[in-house]
Order: sequence, then C-alpha cells, then structure tokens
Amino acid sequence: MHAALRRGAGRLAGRMLAAAVGTALSLAAVLPAQAQETIKVGILHSLSGTMAISETTLKDVMLMLIEEQNKKGGLLGKKLEAVVVDPASNWPLFAEKARELITKDKVSVVFGCWTSVSRKSVLPVFKELNSILFYPVQYEGEESERNVFYTGAAPNQQAIPAVDYLMKEEKVQRWVLEGTDYVYPRTTNKILEAYLVSKGVKPEDISINYTPFGHSDWQTRVAEIKRFGSAGKKTAVVSTINGDANVPFYKELGNQGVKATDIPVVAFSVGEEELAGVDTKPLLGHLAAWNYFQSIDTPDNKAFIEKWKAFTKNPKRVSNDPMEAHVVGFAMWVKAVEKAGTTDPDKVIDALPGTTAPNLTGGTSEMLPNHHITKPVFIGEIKGDGQFDVVWKTEGLVPGEAWSKYLDGSKDLVADWVKLKCGNYNSKTQKCGG
Amino acid sequence: MLFVGVSAARADAFDDTLQKFLTDSYTDTEAGVTALGAGGDVRAFAVVKALQDGRLLADPAARRVLIDDGGALKDAATGAVVSPAPPPADLKRVRLNNRLRRAVEAALGALTLRAPDPARRLDAAQAVFKSRDAGALPAVEAALSQETDTRVKSALAMARAAILITSPDAPEAARIEAVGMLRERGDQSALALLSALPPGTPATVQGAADSAAAAIRNRLQIWETAQNAWYGVSLGSVLLLAAIGLAITFGVMGVINMAHGEMVMLGAYTTFVVQEAIRQKAFTFAIPGTGIGFSLPLPAALTLDWSLPIAVPLAFVVTGMVGILIEKSVIRFLYGRPLETLLATWGISLILQQAVRTAFGPTNKEVSNPSWMSGAFELGQLSITYNRLWIVCFSLATFAMLLAMLRWTRLGLEMRAVTQNRGMAACVGIRTARIDALTFGLGSGIAGIAGVALSQIDNVSPNLGQSYIIDSFMVVVFGGVGNLWGTLVGAFTLGIANKFLEPFAGAVLGKIAILVLIILFIQRRPRGLFALKGRAVEA
Amino acid sequence: MIPRALDRGTIVFLALLGAVAIAVPLLNLALPDSSPLHVPTYLVSLFGKYVCFALLALSIDLIWGYCGILSLGHGAFFALGGYAMGMYLMRQIGGRGVYGNPLLPDFMVFLNWKELPLAWWGFSSFPYAMLMVLAVPGLLALVFGWFAFRSRVTGVYFSIITQAMTFALLLAFFRNDFGFGGNNGLTDFKDILGFNVQADGTRAALFATSCLALMLGYVVCRILVASKFGMVLIAIRDAEARARFLGYRVESYKLAVFTISACMAGVAGALYVPQVGIINPGEFSPANSIEAVIWVAVGGRGTLAGAVIGAVLVNYAKTTFTSGALAPYWLFLLGGLFVGVTLWLPRGIVGTIAHWRAGRRITATEDAPDPSGAAVATKPQAAE
Repeated sequence: MHAALRRGAGRLAGRMLAAAVGTALSLAAVLPAQAQETIKVGILHSLSGTMAISETTLKDVMLMLIEEQNKKGGLLGKKLEAVVVDPASNWPLFAEKARELITKDKVSVVFGCWTSVSRKSVLPVFKELNSILFYPVQYEGEESERNVFYTGAAPNQQAIPAVDYLMKEEKVQRWVLEGTDYVYPRTTNKILEAYLVSKGVKPEDISINYTPFGHSDWQTRVAEIKRFGSAGKKTAVVSTINGDANVPFYKELGNQGVKATDIPVVAFSVGEEELAGVDTKPLLGHLAAWNYFQSIDTPDNKAFIEKWKAFTKNPKRVSNDPMEAHVVGFAMWVKAVEKAGTTDPDKVIDALPGTTAPNLTGGTSEMLPNHHITKPVFIGEIKGDGQFDVVWKTEGLVPGEAWSKYLDGSKDLVADWVKLKCGNYNSKTQKCGG
Repeated sequence: MLFVGVSAARADAFDDTLQKFLTDSYTDTEAGVTALGAGGDVRAFAVVKALQDGRLLADPAARRVLIDDGGALKDAATGAVVSPAPPPADLKRVRLNNRLRRAVEAALGALTLRAPDPARRLDAAQAVFKSRDAGALPAVEAALSQETDTRVKSALAMARAAILITSPDAPEAARIEAVGMLRERGDQSALALLSALPPGTPATVQGAADSAAAAIRNRLQIWETAQNAWYGVSLGSVLLLAAIGLAITFGVMGVINMAHGEMVMLGAYTTFVVQEAIRQKAFTFAIPGTGIGFSLPLPAALTLDWSLPIAVPLAFVVTGMVGILIEKSVIRFLYGRPLETLLATWGISLILQQAVRTAFGPTNKEVSNPSWMSGAFELGQLSITYNRLWIVCFSLATFAMLLAMLRWTRLGLEMRAVTQNRGMAACVGIRTARIDALTFGLGSGIAGIAGVALSQIDNVSPNLGQSYIIDSFMVVVFGGVGNLWGTLVGAFTLGIANKFLEPFAGAVLGKIAILVLIILFIQRRPRGLFALKGRAVEA
Repeated sequence: MIPRALDRGTIVFLALLGAVAIAVPLLNLALPDSSPLHVPTYLVSLFGKYVCFALLALSIDLIWGYCGILSLGHGAFFALGGYAMGMYLMRQIGGRGVYGNPLLPDFMVFLNWKELPLAWWGFSSFPYAMLMVLAVPGLLALVFGWFAFRSRVTGVYFSIITQAMTFALLLAFFRNDFGFGGNNGLTDFKDILGFNVQADGTRAALFATSCLALMLGYVVCRILVASKFGMVLIAIRDAEARARFLGYRVESYKLAVFTISACMAGVAGALYVPQVGIINPGEFSPANSIEAVIWVAVGGRGTLAGAVIGAVLVNYAKTTFTSGALAPYWLFLLGGLFVGVTLWLPRGIVGTIAHWRAGRRITATEDAPDPSGAAVATKPQAAE
C-alpha cells in the first residue's frame, strides 16, 4: 500500500473515531430527558436466534396481558407500556439488554428469559440495579434471589411427582434418564437419581445419558434404550431433552416402534408448542409432566385460550405451561403494585410474597417467601391431536422448593425473603451464605 | 332349561362387567377389560375394540355403556341403536392410560385368537406373547390345535412358551422346552423374558434360561455391529444429502456458500407448504393485511402419501430459482474473491432465516411421514426404519443422477468445461455467465431436495440449516474439493466413524473426536481424500 | 522503526482513543446524573464491550488484512482468554457463592465434585491468570498453526479447519464433565483485584484499561506492519509462492503472526468478561467468529483503523437495532449490511475513503494493490 494512502487512512480513521465518539456522547445526553407518564414493563425474550422458537410466544403473551390490563384502566391510574427488546439468543446480550431496559428505559419490572444461562447472565444486573425479574420457565432450582420471582416449576413440582406416578401406576423398576447436556437436566437427573435410590431402585437399574444441544441423530440412543429395556423389568425413560432435539427424538421413537405401552417416555420440556412440529399419532400415550395443559377444562382456561387465539389472529395457536406462568406472574405483580401503591422495586419485592393469583387450571397460586409459587402438578398423556390427556394430578397445590433436599450441597439451605431476608440460609451453621 | 339359565347368568356377568366402565376410574376400567378378555363373550370384542379406539362412551345417568359406531350410538349390551340419542353432555368417553392400553391389547389378543383373518390371528398371538397372561393359556392351546397357517402357528407356540416359562405350575419339562424356543427366537423380547424369570423357578429351568440368555446376548452383540454399520450408513446418507449441493457450489465453483444451509431449510419448508395444502385440500396463498391472495382447490384423492413426490421437484425448482437469484444479484459480482463471497452469503443466510421466521413464524412446523415412510421392519435382528432406508436410497439416487447429468448432458459438459478452464470455455462459445448461474442454481436445487428428505427426520424450523452447515463443509473438505466421489466417500466415512464412536465415547465426545480427526487429516492431506491434481490446484 | 510506524495518522488515532479512555470514565464518575453530559454506567460497559471487540477485530485484521490468513475460529482464542479471566474471577468469589464453599465454585458443588480440578489450580493468583490469558490462546495457536502451516494448509481449507477447531471447542466446553461450567459458563462475579466488579469506579477503570489495551494493540500492529517483518507478511499475502522462492520461511512468518494475533484476541476476551459479567461456550460458536471477520470487512481489511471502526460501528448498529420497533427486523438490516458492504464497499469504509482520497492525490496510473484481491482458492475468474 502506498505510504500516502496509509497515512490518509490513519488520519481519516482518527476523524471518524472522533465523529463516532461525538455521536455516542450526544446519544448519552439525550437519554435521561424522557418524562415518565406510563408504567413501563420490560419484555426480555429472544425474537431471533435459536431460542426464538420458544420465546417469541412469551413476548406475544406479555403484549396481550398488558393490552388487557390497559383496557381495564391500567395500573395506579397510569397506562402500562411494553418495552420489547431482542437479546437474540445471545447470553451476554441478555445482560446488556437487561441493563438497557432498567437504566435507559426505566422499566418497573422485567418479564423474561428462558434458558438457565440467560437467567444466570442477567442475575448480577438485576441485583446491582435492584429491579424485578419474573422468570416463567421450569428450571433446575438451586437458586433464590431477592430480585427474581420464579413462576415456573422447581424440580419438586415436576420431576419428582412424575417419577412417583410412573412407579405407582406403571410399576416401573428400571430408569433411563435421558437429557441434553446442560444444567437443568444435570441437576434434575442428580435429584432424581438420589430420589430413586432412596426409593430402593438399584444403581444398575438407572442409566443416565447426555447428548448435545440440537442432537438430531437418535438412532443409536433409541436402540440403546430398547436394549436397556430388554432386561425383563418394566422400563421408562425420563426425558429432559431440550426443545429442538425433541422432534427428531420422537420421530425416531415412533419409527423404531417404541410404544408407550412398552417403554413410556415422560418428558419435562415437551409441551404443546414442541409437539406442534410432530405427527403425534405414533406417540400416543407417552407422557409429560407440567403445571398446565391446554386441554384442561376450566372456564378460566377456556377464556384465556379464546383471547389468545383472537389476539394472535390464529385459530391454531396453542398455549403452554410457561405462558400460564407469565399469566400468573403478571397478575401477581399487578396485585403487589396495587398493594404497595407504587412501582418502587423494594416495596413491590416486599409486597409480592403472600400475593395470590388464580391459575388457569382452577386453583389459586401463592407467591412464597422463597420467591417460588405454589402450583398443581399434572401428568398428561400425548393424544393423537398434539394435545395432552390429563391422567393424574396432585391433590391441591405443591409449594416450590428452591433448594433440593436430595442434593448434598443444598439440603441444609433455606430460602426465606420475608423473615430471614436470605436466599441461601444454612440451617446447620445458622448463617446466610454468599 | 339349563341352557337358558347359563346363558342368562352369562349375560348378567357381561352386564356387571360393563358397569365397571361407568365409574371413570382406571382401576375399575382395567378390571372390566380383563374380565371381558377372560369371559370370551361374543360381544366383548366390539366393546374392547371401541375402548381402544376411544369410541366407548359411558352414560352414568342411565347406567349403560354405548359404542359410537360412526355416529350411531349402540348399546354395548344389546347392540341396538339407542334412540333417541342421549345429549352429548351426559356421555363421557371412557379414558385410557398406558396400563389400560396394555390390558386392552392383551384382552383383544385373547379375544381374536380364533378370528377368521390370519393377519388378525397373528396380531393376537403376538399380543398374548407380550402380555403372557396365564389366563389365556387354554385359549392359546385350543387355537394352536386348530391352527393351519404356519406363521400364526409358530407365533402361537411362542406365545404358549412365554406363558409356560413364567408360570410356576407348569411342568418343568415344558418350561425347559419353552426356554429352548425362546433361545431359538433370540431377540430382545426373548432375552427380556429369559432374564426375568419369577423367583422360585426350579434350578434346572433357571440354568437353561441363563445359558440361553448368554447365547442370545452373544448373538445380539454381533448383530449390534451390523446395526451400528447401518446407523452409520444412514447418518452418512444424511451428510451426503446435506453436502452434495455444497460439493457443487463450493467444490466445483469455489463459492463458499454460507447460505447453503438455508437452501436446505427452504426445501424443508416447501415440503411443509405442500403437506399443508394437501391437508387443507387447497393451496392458499395470502399476504396478510393486504387482502391479496388466492386459493387453488386440490383433488380430494391427493393424500399425504403423495406429498413427497410433489415436494421433491417443487423444492428443486423453488430453491434453484432462489439460488439463481442470489447468483445473479450478488455472487456474480464476487467471483475471484471467495472470502468476500463467504461474508455476503453469510448475510444472505441471516436474511433468509429471518424472512422464513417472519413468514412462517418461529416455531417448528409439522411435517409428517407418509405412510410408506413410517415404521420399521426386521432384518434378522436388525431393525431398519423405512424413513432411513428411503433416505439412503434417495441420497444415492440423487448422487447418481447428478453424476450422470455432469457426465452425459450438454449442461454438464459445459459446466465441467467452465470449471476446468474458463477462458478456453468462453473462447469456444460457452456463455460462462449463464453456466455459472445454472451451476449455482443446480447446487441450490439439490440442497432444496435434501431439505425435503431432512424434513422427514428433523425439525422444520428456521434454524434447520444452521445445524447442517458445518458438517457439510467438513464432508466436502474431507472428501476433497472439486470431486463428487470424494464427497460420497467422505460422507459415509464420517457417518460410519461417528456411529462406531458414539456407543463408546458418547455423542458429544464422538463428535469432538471426529472434528479433531478431520483437522489432523487435513494436515496430512491438505486437499482432502481425493485431491484434484494438475493445474486447477494452484489457481 | 518506531518513528516510521507512528506516523501522523496513527498518532491522531491514538490521541483520540486516549481522549476517549479518559473522557468517558470522567464524564461518568465526575458529573452528577442530572448533567446533560453525564455518561450513564451502562454506556460505559457497552463502550467497553465495543472496545474489546475492536481489539479482537484488530487481531483478525493483522492476520487477514496483512498476511491473507482468514481465520474463522478467532472467537476461540477470544473465548479462551475470557475463560482464563473468568476462572480467576470465579476463584475470587471464594466462600461467597450460594453454597458457601470456600474452595469450589457453585457449579462444581452441585455437580457433587469434591476437589478442584487440575486445570483450575493457580487461578486464584492474578498474575498466573494473566499469564494464562496470553499463554492458552497463544499455545493453541502455536500448535494449531504449526500443524497447519507446516503442511501448507491455506485459503479456504485453513478457514474451514479453524471453524472445525472452534466448533470442537464449543462442544467440549458445553460438556459439564469438562469442568468449566458447561452451558451456563462462568458468571456472578464478585470482584477483581479486590474491587467490586459492579462498582462504577471499577467499570470506569476496566473501560480505561480496555482502551489502553486497544492502543497498545494498535501500536504493536503498526510496528509489526511497518517493519520488515510486516513487508514480508504483505508479500506472503500477495504472492505466497514468490515469497517462498525468494527464500523467506513463509511458515515461520505465518506462525509468528498467527500466534501474536491469538494472544491479542485472548487479551480482548479477558477484558470483555468482567465487563459483560459472563463467559460461556456460546462465545466459541462459529457464527461469532464469522461476525468478527465481518466487522473487519465492513471497516476495511488491511487498514488497522478500519478494523476498529468496523467493530464499533457494527456493534453499535446491533445494539440499536435489537431494541424498539426495529427488533424483529434487525437481522434483515445486519444481513443487508454484509451483502451491501461486500458488493459496494469491497475495501470497507475506511479503505474506500482512503482509496478515493489517495486517488485524487496520486494521479499516477499504477493501481494500488488491493488488499481484498488476495486470491485464495480455486475460483472461476469473472468473465467481465
């Protein structure tokens, strides 16, 4: 390159940088000058990238709920305003967008995240800036933070009842714990393994296996499951396979003729949305454990599904468990804000425990001092039309446990944000850790 | 007199059994099904069959059970059509769960052992083998003595063996004979039976069973190798399909097409559109919000079985056109700058992904297997699924057609000429720009038909393409750029290696090992398995 | 040598960067929130992230723009540097994790691990961690490059095996058994060198450090490319065979510059982690590496300032477009940008403008060598 040219490039670059800095600074100057006439609600769900498949729906639900609340006259005499951002399935971007929502947009609350890693990524931000996050997805537990409210299921609200059901109803003696290799399946399987052993299952009757995200070639695994199931004892598969890998897994199960009457599969991450991509006729009778099913016949649920279909202008849209979690979480937040008379985070955080809201399946969920909620647990069997037929449910509601009693590290920990003001109080050492 | 009395008593028993279906309790329903299966009443079959199909309705108010027979409601006890039909709100479908489904299958098996149709008798015998319900033994033995069809006969004998081996009151010799039969059968279900004899089994029987189980295990081990090889071939064919289009655009033209995966995705969405049109019996196209659109009725005879034969050419045309469009609008200006092409096509892939997400929504779309691609068949102890088998055939056929096209058609000749020496080709009058566009269109079109095949085993979502792009590049580079045979060998080598590694190392480590091996292999042979020799190399 | 490297443009550029390094933290810390010139803390972290990306872009430009080596796996070095820093930060948490285990990070506690794996030893020491930030990416680049360059893997083949490398690392780090936190990665950091990572002061200091690192990286690159070493690199880029026939040991040059570049990427990653607060295997994803290459292409390949400007501009656009009404459409814009730049601005922004200005000044007919014209693979020549 010519020297002149190179010099020119350098100088020019200098000027451009100056210009860029100038814009950035002026941008910074404009930001705080916005008046707050509405109550802003942040929506932090990926609209592009790999997680868009699950999260886009939750954004739509939130928009619907906010619209509905505004029709009812808003909150504290103000209108609610949704602020939608796209963290693009990129975990550092989740943290950046959370910061932007709280600092720049001054939202009062954020509803968002799906994967555990996205929640872990935004946690420090919510703690630092003292805001509120409602997290709607079933997760591995082992967490209770002052600024986060967990409206999805903890392992004791999904995994353990499901295993109980299989032991009792289907007399299962041999278990395959099949999961995607990330923290939710790892923790859930650890808990289940400890639980099964405590119920007298022999270690050689438990097979645990992990596959990578988006695993699409299930031939070997399904054959292995068939082989494991041929030891003469009733065998079941407990699947914590993550969303995307489920469709090829079920297609392979169906084609290799693994019928629910021989080896039932109970899944914790397969709901109506996931089944929308599969022909479910060969899967008749395989199970899922959730706290909500679209097929549950209650007036609230019927009304909700009708509204949802009208809102999305799509008569085929399905509803699922995390959507219900947002419905319950949003109702609780609205109540807590009304009770506190302000959207000030500290006051709302204090007002939330004890708040109740009707869930769509006919019960009333309550926010507990450990920031988890009470939920009913349902076991559903897959029907030919992609919906679930509820075959079992808990008597009453199950309170969510932040810390599992089946894990060595966490059995002594207690979360209580009302009395103890602590998310990980160690009942042995009588100290609040961390 | 006596005869009438018995008949009446039996009718009562049947009616009592039916009452069990009214309580909406799984335990009662199960008791009812088992009783029906054991009772052998002629009306039982219709009831159990209706239960299996979800057509059995309980009318608790009138204390009767009805069968929904294509809209007409018949009383299960009398078989008479009920009129006036009770209001639907009063009727409750009798529900099933897995435990009940097993009971239903067992009952149906016992009830149809002597059905006139041999296929149904075979099913029945197999159902009894599975349920090994000791109560069915007399029925099995009776059926066995009268059976003429050899296949059904051996299935019945097997069912009898399964019952005898687990029943403690059977004579020891019969049980040992049963062990021998199961050893002969030699599959996983035989192994399952042999390795779980009830406690209290005599030592001789147990000993025979143990040695039979060991023999079966050994034999299955050998079959397992064959099974792994088949899985490898099947994975290899998927890799081949995904990579073969890339072998043309990248291997032959030198264009690093990062949007290749998106072409595969477009092919899969084409399949979805075709299937959706068939389901709706009309092809509907509408731009939301504008009111612009049209609807084209399709003949009713068109079933989902036809969806793939329609989708394959359609996907080829659609993705081929998109490919030509991309070539004409972007890639044409970037020849000679392969790395810039990489960036531009990466941009195109982002746009295509988001476009599909906007048009079809972000969620998975349902693409079902046609009936001729569902299920599996047994070849010895190999279980071969039809969809995988078809995909293997399909990928090989695609490969052969592509080779033939390049070898024997004028377009193929011109393509080879342009790749080998562009200047000379232009001099002899070949319109190189046109050939470039067509070659790219061909590569994209093949990616599109790969998408049709992949829609049968994978998610149809906007992310579909992303999951195949790296694997495709690996296959092409491993096999050797510019050589279609290299792609073929590369795909099957990687597929088989992967499947043999997976049982030992697990899916993740297996994949990592393959990637590391490819990296090391490229060091040894920087231009792949089948390197091009001669001038083209250093260009 | 040094005076030649530090020409006027470079000095202006460095001075501006220095000014930003001082001004942004100052405007953040010294001015009250109400002041119109106050820079909010979230912008400090955001700019800090851009600066780290700029350093990554610089490292890619050094090998791609000046030596014609296109690495599509540079994100791996960035992430490895980030992991080294993340491990140091995890060890600093000590007993303040949720389980209160003084030795083991939380994720190891709930996977029931009893002792610290070997790979984690020593990371409680800052100097050791910083050494690893340079050594791990550097060593990987050295080994990988030694194999690749020795057997003359070039062009697209090299690009694709670098993709394979980063993809393999992605899969490996996803595995929980690997011992680096699996999919969740490392997060919830408390402090760095005794300062709270979330404090405004620490953020400002990290920002200033990142700017300094970028300045340093820039100077190193300038010195390298302006030296004889740099001339040989350019010769290799433009005619590798000819350079080899002239007696230069092409492999050694390539290996050296590749390793230096990997170390720079590692530093960028290390500075990135405390500012965004998380490192996880997603950083290894091949898409991230490709995106980083695109920053360089947008800014201008073969112009160091271009790499910096490209990284800042593209990321600024990403930040803007992923919020508000444009959110559902930002991928169209991003994709369109890549297509547009390669079609109409093949030299990138800085390169194009410089070319145009130079063209006005130098009326000589000879054409300046075009950095984007470095041919790599077998290719059809355009028929025009």
